[in-house]
Amino acid sequence: MTSDLTAEINSRKIELKRRDGREISCIGIESISELSGTTGRCAVEKKSLEAGIVPFRYARNMDTISSENQIRLLESTAAVVGLGGLGGYVTEILARTGVGNLILIDGDVFDETNLNRQLFCTEGAIGKSKVESAAERVYSINASVNVKTYHEWLSAGNAVDLLAGGQVVIDCLDSVEARFVVSNAAEKLGIPMITAAVAGTAGQAATIYPGDGGLERIYGNQHEHSGGAEDALGCLPYTVMLIAALECTEAVKIISGEKPGLKDRLFIMDLADYTFETMQLISP
Amino acid sequence: MTKTYIELRLFATLSKKAPESGTRYPIQPGTSVKTILDRLEIAPEEAKLLFVNGVKSDPETKLYGGERVGVFPPVGGG
Repeated sequence: MTSDLTAEINSRKIELKRRDGREISCIGIESISELSGTTGRCAVEKKSLEAGIVPFRYARNMDTISSENQIRLLESTAAVVGLGGLGGYVTEILARTGVGNLILIDGDVFDETNLNRQLFCTEGAIGKSKVESAAERVYSINASVNVKTYHEWLSAGNAVDLLAGGQVVIDCLDSVEARFVVSNAAEKLGIPMITAAVAGTAGQAATIYPGDGGLERIYGNQHEHSGGAEDALGCLPYTVMLIAALECTEAVKIISGEKPGLKDRLFIMDLADYTFETMQLISP
Repeated sequence: MTKTYIELRLFATLSKKAPESGTRYPIQPGTSVKTILDRLEIAPEEAKLLFVNGVKSDPETKLYGGERVGVFPPVGGG
């Protein structure tokens, strides 16, 4: 059966001349769908990559994302908490990158104040569930991605259950307090957390592994917190988009088994004067 | 006492408290980060993230000139 599938894939491959002159074998969405049968599209894509045949949708990622790492991405599960500004762009990028399984968590619906920065917030989506809009978008970009949605708020009571199965959790929330819920759950589950936040033209991002000291390394004591600088400065689309891209870079590195760039470090930036720095974090 | 200088960067909401001298900020050698923050009327809860020469530091860190000091307020938006 398996070798039959590989033979079928081989019979449908198309040679593609890359811009660097090299030729690679590719396979198109139509063929992948026809062969998906009982196994699903993701399995066909993995089998193709194993045979050295690249789905066209990933052809432009070579050689930066190898076939081996693309298979890892297709087999992986990432949890995205918060489907607003950061979470919208993160979900879009992960779907396009081919992270095979996404857990999307947000209890909110879109309102008009989200239109300035939230990718899935369109005028027609006002009042609609954020996770539902996200799932529709993911399906329209990459129907091979398996999406699990939770239209509920992550809390200390449900966090471990909702995040279970994720290899990495990406914090895309919009308040300091809520981020600690993710951090505590990630610690319990033994999975890395990629965290990021913005305020005006400033932003930050870091990767926290279990045992690293959690979010307290960045925010100090979790019980001594009020609002962040975003209460005064707001959240701007270009800041959000840039920081979301950094979170995805870390996610791809972690899933690919590469060294994350922001473990024990905090990336900070301020677009007001184009400051970009990566600071060394110390244990609390 | 000889005056010396640090490079002081205040981010996000704190940038409006930046001294007129810009990023070149005069200090007496041995001044702590906390003394500078007090002078600029930056409350401790506004300055949870302090960096001296790219390493997270605490407010008691003493400065002797030439250091790069960054102050980042808590940021939580998305």
